[in-house]
Amino acid sequence: MTERRLVIIGGGPAGLSAALAAYEAGERDILILERDEALGGILNQCIHNGFGLHIFKEELTGPEYAERFIREVADRGIEYKLKTMVLTISHDRVVTYVNQTEGYQKIRAGAIVLACGCRERPRGAINIAGTRPAGIFTAGTAQRLVNIEGYLPGREIVILGSGDIGLIMARRMTFEGAKVKAVVELMPYSSGLNRNIVQCLQDYDIPLLFSHTVIEIKGRERVEGVVIAEVDENLRPKPETAREISCDTLLLSVGLIPENELARNAEVELSPVTGGAVVDENLMTSVPGIFAAGNVLHVHDLVDYVSEESAHAARSAVKYLQGADSKAEKEVLRTGKGVRYVVPQLLNRDENYEPITFRMRVDNVYRQVRLVLKVDGETVLAKKKQIMTPGEMESLEAASEIVRKLKAGKQIVFELEEENA
Amino acid sequence: MIMQDIIIIGSGVIGSAVARELAKYQAKVLVLEKESDVACGATKANSGIVHAGYDPEPGSLKAKYNVLGNRMFDELSKELEFPFKRNGALVVAFDEDSEKVLERLLARGRTNGVEDLRIISGDEARRMVPGLSQEVTKALYAPTSGIASPYEMAVAFAENAAENGVKFRMLAEVAKLERSENGIKVYLADGEELEAKIVINCAGVFADELNNQISERKFTIVPRKGQYFLLDKVYAEYTSLTLFQTPTAMGKGVLITPATHGNIIVGPNAQDIEDKRDLSSTVEGLNEVWEKAKRTIPGLNKRAVITNFSGIRAHSLGDDFIIGFSDVPGFYNVAGIESPGLTAAPAIAVDVAKEVASALKLKPKADFKPYRKAIPHFAAMSEEEKAAIIKENPLYGKIVCRCEVVPEGEIREAIRRPLAARDLDGLKRRTRVGMGRCQGGFCLPRLMEILSEELNLDYTEITKFGRNSKVVVGRVKE
Repeated sequence: MTERRLVIIGGGPAGLSAALAAYEAGERDILILERDEALGGILNQCIHNGFGLHIFKEELTGPEYAERFIREVADRGIEYKLKTMVLTISHDRVVTYVNQTEGYQKIRAGAIVLACGCRERPRGAINIAGTRPAGIFTAGTAQRLVNIEGYLPGREIVILGSGDIGLIMARRMTFEGAKVKAVVELMPYSSGLNRNIVQCLQDYDIPLLFSHTVIEIKGRERVEGVVIAEVDENLRPKPETAREISCDTLLLSVGLIPENELARNAEVELSPVTGGAVVDENLMTSVPGIFAAGNVLHVHDLVDYVSEESAHAARSAVKYLQGADSKAEKEVLRTGKGVRYVVPQLLNRDENYEPITFRMRVDNVYRQVRLVLKVDGETVLAKKKQIMTPGEMESLEAASEIVRKLKAGKQIVFELEEENA
Repeated sequence: MIMQDIIIIGSGVIGSAVARELAKYQAKVLVLEKESDVACGATKANSGIVHAGYDPEPGSLKAKYNVLGNRMFDELSKELEFPFKRNGALVVAFDEDSEKVLERLLARGRTNGVEDLRIISGDEARRMVPGLSQEVTKALYAPTSGIASPYEMAVAFAENAAENGVKFRMLAEVAKLERSENGIKVYLADGEELEAKIVINCAGVFADELNNQISERKFTIVPRKGQYFLLDKVYAEYTSLTLFQTPTAMGKGVLITPATHGNIIVGPNAQDIEDKRDLSSTVEGLNEVWEKAKRTIPGLNKRAVITNFSGIRAHSLGDDFIIGFSDVPGFYNVAGIESPGLTAAPAIAVDVAKEVASALKLKPKADFKPYRKAIPHFAAMSEEEKAAIIKENPLYGKIVCRCEVVPEGEIREAIRRPLAARDLDGLKRRTRVGMGRCQGGFCLPRLMEILSEELNLDYTEITKFGRNSKVVVGRVKE
């Protein structure tokens, strides 16, 4: 068994950014393990633009965004292994992996950054009744077929779910001459970014049906149609509203799930809300020396934030390798009205007062509200917005003096307040 | 046209088991299958239970072959290397009425020759299955009950039959049967004419249609649909035993059972339907299954569900298996094989083959090879075995399916075997690729690439399960 100081699992945007940040922080023994044939992760199939506005102040395509990081990783000579699948990680940070050239290998890592991203919820997870023909794809699989393989999954499309990949694919399939007949969303709001609804649906007159769902799939060998229906306030379909739309393809964009099989394996505590690890402000999980960032921690809307978050996790990992290990008591951060979750979930009661970025999502659409951070009833940080939706991640940046207050306080709560409150 | 000694129609677990038994004799045997692969009917979607044998009516063929079949699994699963485990079963009772049913099942089981049956208290049952409902008052414990992978079992039978000279033709649907001078003529849907001295009807839910066009002794097979949920392996802790409720007139009721690869299966309900090809699931049916199952394990969590599916039982109106020569010389039925059909299959096949061989005066084959090697399953290997197989074949180090950890070497092997997988579902049944929690989202493009290379197919010709189940419709604009 070989020993490595920092092992990063995943060579997508999270892993690449983590590697660079660890290098900048002075660490030289870094290894990225990537299961795909190239670095870049899911960005490689995202050929539309809109990436990097936040970090680079320009609009890049997915591959262009990835390329900027890949080049820097290469320039610094950071080691990475491709076509390498991590099979297990243990509580004491032994990583087992396989690939064609080295076979079955074990590494003992000083620290691990989990950067393995997320996967799409498949049909089964939402339990649509009906037949099981060809022609049902998750939006991301369809995206890969079109953008990487160069094949068209179908000609008449219905999309269930208005997640960002579904919206992007509505436009992409239209470009390819397919007819997107409807995007059907169970909730009364979209889980995607507003800019995608405008640029991908409205600009092409693709109908978006809120409070609707697919209740049945038809067709024996290939999809021949779907039955859709409106849902009531409890999200139950109203049978009298059922109608059939003929189509040869159903794309699913019904949510993303952090890929945490490895974390589970290492007995990392997971949050039932985010599906990712429970972490402290250093983005360290419940297992000392194992950190998590990016979509494996919680699903992000913009890759820029994935990069930022992962860099922070990597800097923390380097400090851990240098001996920093907060043994302080951990305080659980609370969420109040309107806030579905906050990451990190825990705060160390120690004397490290570096600024902290808190990322969170709201649980519904809210207008004219303030997102507030309260310590023992006192508002220490607030952010006003015209509209907040579950599709857009919110954040609050706590500067050192605020962090000092948080670590001294007893009850820390994130919640929404009406603007005039 | 070559005269066959025997044509077997249908390659579910019954047709495949019969083919393998007949491979022990010197004869020309041909199996015709209307789908693109073996195990595409009732075999691909059922509970996978190797029943102990307390349920069928004493004296019935179901009782006889259930008990005989059950005893064959230990040796057979080693010979043919298909997944099988004797995990034991509980039939749970919630009140005095159902406790009486347990007593009846116990008595029936003893009459049928089932060993080691006993009735235990609700608390003892809960010690075996901690999540079991507090309402369970008693349970019948059947330690000889087991689980097998039904489609892997059929593939194993069929591969071994093929290795021993039996020919298989896929996508060969039989349109018409006709008596001939020397036996029976078989016309395929595409017009091709075949002939055999003996035709064995193993056509599952379609067996009545074949029989009734040639025989005066008509029978009816009712398609009886059952719907299921498949749960993520992470929830394997729900139960290590197969959990039944007390049976009803429609069948053994909703069960909760581990499957051989560690997932939990919940189902089936039972509904007689009109259309034999109707494999759709319904909201009502799925809800019914879930509600009933929660009576056994109240803590079942919907988040555990990976997928739902439905299967069709070939229910004979006579309520028993139909096995034997018909009134038509050379026409042999193996029909109405519903539960405990999977358990009974090996024993049925032995008797069918003996009877057919004796009618044709077939001689045993001296060089019959009884052993079949399974595709080495990487995910199930020890560390040392994993290291060794990658050294031997580096493609075992290239993981294609992340969720089930299936390497490229395993997938290519499944395409290169006798009775190779030729489509995505065929690969799934043989290697579990795409069967995990992402349901093939990540690996589909890689599988298409491998199928395309191995079978020299264009992507537009690749299907999910043959015919028109094409995955993509064309190229994107240049």
